[in-house]
Amino acid sequence: MSGLIEALASVVGQDGCLSRPEELLVYECDALTLHAAKPTAVVFPRSTDDVVRIVEACRRFGTPFVPRGAGTGLSGGATANEGAVVVECSRMNRILELNAEDRYAVVEPGVVNADLSKAALPSGLFYAPDPSSQLACTIGGNVAENSGGPHTLKYGATTNHVLALELVLPSGAVVQLGSATGWTVGYDWVGAVVGSEGTLGIVTQATLRLEPIPEGVETLLGIFADVVAACRTVSGIIQSGLVPAALEVIDRRTIAAVEASVYAAGLPLDAGAVLIVELDGPAPALPAQVERVRGIAAREGATRVEVARDDAERQRFWRARKGAFGAMGRMAPDLYVHDAVVPRARLPEVIEKVCAIGDRYGLKLSNVFHAGDGNLHPNISFDRRDSDELERVIAAGAEILETCVEAGGVISGEHGIGSEKRDYMGLLFSEADLDAMKRLRTVFDPDGVCNPGKIFPTTRFCVESNPRARGYDRVPLES
Amino acid sequence: MDPARQSSTERWREILERSLDCVHCGLCLPTCPTYRETGREISSPRGRIYLLRGVAEGRIPLAAAVAEEAYLCLGCRACETACPSGVRFGSMLELSRAEVEVAQLRSGWARRLEGWALRSLVPHRRRLRLLFDLLAAVQRLRLDRLARPLLPRRLRELHALLPPIPPKRDRRPPPEIVPARGERRGRVGLLTGCIAAEAFGHVNRATLRVLARNGFEVVVPRDQGCCGALHAHGGDPETASELARRNVAAFGRADVEAIVVNSAGCGAAMREANAWIGSEAEAFAAKVRDVSEFLDAAGLQPPGGRFEARVCYDDPCHLVHGQGVAEAPRNLLRQIPGLKLEPHDDPAGCCGAAGIYNLTHREMSNAVLDRKLRALAAADPDVIATGNPGCLMQLRAGAARFKLRARVVHPIELLDAAYGPDA
Ligand SMILES: Cc1cc2nc3c(=O)[nH]c(=O)nc-3n(C[C@H](O)[C@H](O)[C@H](O)COP(=O)(O)OP(=O)(O)OC[C@H]3O[C@@H](n4cnc5c(N)ncnc54)[C@H](O)[C@@H]3O)c2cc1C
Ligand code: SF4
Ligand code: SF4
Repeated sequence: MSGLIEALASVVGQDGCLSRPEELLVYECDALTLHAAKPTAVVFPRSTDDVVRIVEACRRFGTPFVPRGAGTGLSGGATANEGAVVVECSRMNRILELNAEDRYAVVEPGVVNADLSKAALPSGLFYAPDPSSQLACTIGGNVAENSGGPHTLKYGATTNHVLALELVLPSGAVVQLGSATGWTVGYDWVGAVVGSEGTLGIVTQATLRLEPIPEGVETLLGIFADVVAACRTVSGIIQSGLVPAALEVIDRRTIAAVEASVYAAGLPLDAGAVLIVELDGPAPALPAQVERVRGIAAREGATRVEVARDDAERQRFWRARKGAFGAMGRMAPDLYVHDAVVPRARLPEVIEKVCAIGDRYGLKLSNVFHAGDGNLHPNISFDRRDSDELERVIAAGAEILETCVEAGGVISGEHGIGSEKRDYMGLLFSEADLDAMKRLRTVFDPDGVCNPGKIFPTTRFCVESNPRARGYDRVPLES
Repeated sequence: MDPARQSSTERWREILERSLDCVHCGLCLPTCPTYRETGREISSPRGRIYLLRGVAEGRIPLAAAVAEEAYLCLGCRACETACPSGVRFGSMLELSRAEVEVAQLRSGWARRLEGWALRSLVPHRRRLRLLFDLLAAVQRLRLDRLARPLLPRRLRELHALLPPIPPKRDRRPPPEIVPARGERRGRVGLLTGCIAAEAFGHVNRATLRVLARNGFEVVVPRDQGCCGALHAHGGDPETASELARRNVAAFGRADVEAIVVNSAGCGAAMREANAWIGSEAEAFAAKVRDVSEFLDAAGLQPPGGRFEARVCYDDPCHLVHGQGVAEAPRNLLRQIPGLKLEPHDDPAGCCGAAGIYNLTHREMSNAVLDRKLRALAAADPDVIATGNPGCLMQLRAGAARFKLRARVVHPIELLDAAYGPDA
């Protein structure tokens, strides 16, 4: 192995290659601590050329590799299965071009999502996909997970904003996919790579669409006695033909956690749920829209509707929403953030079932979600050292996914499959579906060396069987 | 529990307990100066917490890499401000450094010199005074400039940080009691500091004048001393506790409503003194206020004079992250007629001074400082204001290196100037 480490160090220098056991330990997982696997080494390329030479060195020594951004992923996507080398893109963090006229930016993969919007601000532009982790997560991770965010409702997810990519293939070849014009010629390669979870190669450059900052923004906070009423309001707003920029629901338990944290926004602790509605567009059109939303909320039983008075108040509402996951850490040492999508009309009923599942397993389950997209995030707080609780967390998670699929939904909205949900792919896809997907992967990565052990089920028979009966394939914490 | 009296097992248990607050979300990463510079998870708050938990759970030994990280961390606590889960990393860090010292994982002459200075020099008023007498003489005779080219690199850099040492008469301790002026609004104590008392006497005097102008009688207890922050951060809870006890006693006798501090680092440490020495410090800790916070809460008497300048305020880490005070100093500065408060891009990022970090970790300290200076250079103010002696020295050295025209001062000096000379 030391031969490989030397080869890597000769590419990126001693300072750019970590291999001491303590250094590797901290790379064994991403934000989902349930799945852990220690890498052989961690390397920090600074250029596409570095990445190519790293890939070539790994190939020479027969060691797989896995790209990583900020490690905020929630599906164990960046874990280093099979002793892979972690190719950490954090030092490739330059914004190479910001074209205000044609509204696009060319960035390296390690650029932090929020930094791009910050850089575009003076040009009156912003990068629309805004995951709640946007202060930390990177464009490389966003592209790989096809990340969304509260504003996906109106603006679309990452895939709607990637114009072109530079990709280092697992063979070491560098390919350019798509074009800054946004027009696809021939196969939509960009579409295939966005959401591929780092299994098709390493993204070394992304050309991203920027949006003009809307002239006006209004943010409303509806307060409800229960989650179901908030969900009905969401359906009502959508049915009315309005296209809000965001529709986010936060339930009572989440409110309690957020209000105890540095992100406290003065949300009412006695509410069953709050709904954040953001409307944006030409300023003159907004007052009428605000009134319509107020009307719908009142009809569905809102106890109160507040409108953010100024930018500071709006920021406060959003900080509460975006700090919500982390704030849940106050309830228990670990947090399992689930991610599934259901048809919006079924939200109220599914939410009730999800809460019932949590109760039945005796778990602390709370909900904060992109309601406008029907994208649920049931969060389970637990302590991974308690093996009995861990079993229940996993069993409940499986039931939640089944419930969503039964309601006509899918098993991931934006966090990806990664290690976490690979064995649930059978809930959605047939053998033939999965086989076709595998063949696509083989085109890019014939030897399966780029981020192995992700997305595809690890066991063949799992597909039709009941995941609860089968027992969950859990990677042990110690590796 | 008093860390000075804790056994190793107890300390690791506490570290483990505190590490459980972290849900591994990663939101703290971009606020951490050492992560921003290195891009390394192990040099990020989340990574450091994971590492310490690993040691506490016996998964990895307390090895060199752990010790390195414990000291590469600036202790700026920006991660605490960012953390939605309420992780108290500052105290985890202190505990882990104490353990690194117990395991004797740091060595070399620099470490020994540091230990000697912290134990045998800093806590002793008279010895410090002698040292500063000597430094002042050397500076007056320009011996330092002559010797500069001959000095080893480390000492040359140390020299660049050293402010001009005031003449002896300006380093005399202030009177023990300064009477209130105008209508009396209360009686407060003032911490004068250890090194600050020698090198920043003018800031202490400005603080006394501004407090008096605002109707406060100020007691400056003679038997007060160093707050112990440097010791606590340097893995020496024993000395830190001893020093805290001395100040608890000194200010206890002074019978004051509040203990006003103009050094953010000292204030943050004093507010947490009960974490070191327990309940005997509770009343003391509860009275500690940064001077800006104190005046803002009391309501500032409007300054009569003007101070025409574009000013960038820069948050000391141990004020904004350590004490959660961000608005108060800005509020005060805004009340100065003629003064224009200008934003800049990196106000709450660390400047890299971090106690003695700029001496022990030169390279990282400079990298961290450069980021801030680039932001300040872009804003190009007339004055940079920051309320902590270490940051004042660091920013001054950096401003000189970047050839900025701005003066670097304590906000209280601007207030003092705006009140005009004593009538
Ligand atoms: C508090 C919190 C809130 C979140 N909120 C949201 C949300 O609202 N919406 C949402 O969609 N997600 C959210 N997430 C999940 C996560 O932030 C996203 O998946 C994000 O895109 C991950 O980015 P990262 O840089 O951290 O990537 P990592 O976690 O490091 O990696 C994620 C995947 O991307 C791959 N990858 C990384 N870099 C590259 C590259 N250069 N080339 C190819 N593949 C690469 C990795 O191999 C891995 O499979 C949240 C997470 C947290 C902790
Ligand atoms: S923000 Fe807090 S909870 Fe999240 S990783 Fe950092 S320390 Fe842990
Ligand atoms: S205290 Fe500062 S340097 Fe240390 S981990 Fe926290 S943010 Fe990073």
